[in-house]
Amino acid sequence: MYTAPFTYHAPTTLRAAVRLLRAHPGEARPLAGGMSLVPAMRLRLAQPEYLVDLGHIAELAGIEAVDGGIAIGAMTAHRDVERSRLLARRLPLLAHVAGTVGDRQVRNRGTLGGSLAHADPAADLPAAVLALEGVLHTAGAGRARRIPAHRFFLDPYTTALGESELLTRVVFPAQPRRTGWGYEKLENHASRFAVVGVAALVNVGRGGECTRVRIAVTGAGPVAYRARAAERALAGRPLTAQAIARAARAAGRGVEFLADAHGSAAYREHLVAVLSERALRAAIARTGVSL
Amino acid sequence: MHRITLTVNGRRRTAEVEDRTLLVELLREGLRLTGAHIGCDTAQCGACTVLLDGHAVKSCSVLAVQADGRRVTTVEGLAKGKRLHPVQAALKAEHGLQCGFCTPGLVLGLVDLLVEQPDPTTEQVRAALDGHLCRCTGYQHIVDAALTAAKALRETGAREGPEPALRELG
Repeated sequence: MYTAPFTYHAPTTLRAAVRLLRAHPGEARPLAGGMSLVPAMRLRLAQPEYLVDLGHIAELAGIEAVDGGIAIGAMTAHRDVERSRLLARRLPLLAHVAGTVGDRQVRNRGTLGGSLAHADPAADLPAAVLALEGVLHTAGAGRARRIPAHRFFLDPYTTALGESELLTRVVFPAQPRRTGWGYEKLENHASRFAVVGVAALVNVGRGGECTRVRIAVTGAGPVAYRARAAERALAGRPLTAQAIARAARAAGRGVEFLADAHGSAAYREHLVAVLSERALRAAIARTGVSL
Repeated sequence: MHRITLTVNGRRRTAEVEDRTLLVELLREGLRLTGAHIGCDTAQCGACTVLLDGHAVKSCSVLAVQADGRRVTTVEGLAKGKRLHPVQAALKAEHGLQCGFCTPGLVLGLVDLLVEQPDPTTEQVRAALDGHLCRCTGYQHIVDAALTAAKALRETGAREGPEPALRELG
């Protein structure tokens, strides 16, 4: 099916892109990789009158080491995140999660910023960005903003971005040495979206205790979230099988679980506990500690 | 309307396209290259897969105007005269197709894989086939064909240098 008619723009600077979005409030949409937006337009679920393609703005793409961490341009394709040697060393969780998105063709074209700004409640990358405590940099009509990941996702397909505000890059703090990571998802086999996905990062002290833990969950509720109750249940404690299981059970606390054709609320609640335990165990194993 | 120029299967082509024209529509209707098929209309089936600057993409989800100045390879661009590309030859030899609807997209998807991973494992081939729905074969013969093609490409590569189609893409 054809999309509704629209006018296509391909600005080459961020300023020009913001200007175009401001000129057509409510009618213009930024186009990143187009892996969600273009199919939605073909189904007429979205009918923007103007498309502002961000693919010609050089400063929006690329992965670089910056003071204290790593910066990734919003228009960096999943395939580049997946294959980056720098990320394999510094943010292996992110590289791995990018490799689980959709399929090969989608990863060739879809982008980190596009996935985050689209905020599909079942997308993989929000879980990784939350766990890694990414900070989302924006540009818009007003001043540029830096939004911590845990304040970015507000509702399904709804973020803290203003109407003519663009996500420009995501900056990740350096991870402590020997951070173990895990990402476990039960995927929808048709779309490869997560029915539920859990990302975990663990650091282990000399005495075998958990010195730091971050857990983030996607697919379970209306937005991806940090599972703070689960983190509190594990931080500072010896990494026993019991402690891990208790933390995993707390990962769904307070969540308004989604229910749809892919799983009931009770099923998702069960998945959060099971996948959290697996993600924690995978993360702990990667620190070199055996349980 | 936009006037765009792109290189399709090694030939420079110019076309007038509407803002909303999809790449697959330009290829099929504008350029009469009907190898890229329209299957699902929702970017899931992979029948429309072509290479854009050497990378497999679903041409139903790329605007034609986005291909301006870029290089597109469709299934029509792979055979050298009557000599099939090794991926095509392997699909034929291993019975990797029945109705053939998914095949052109699948061929480009496998070319994309084999440029990057000349010696893939079975698991890597299966993972690369995620974005290609085949309702006939059950996939096993496609996997066999991919491994056969990989071997053929490695052998010709060792003898004659990389396959021209792959050299151009890589």
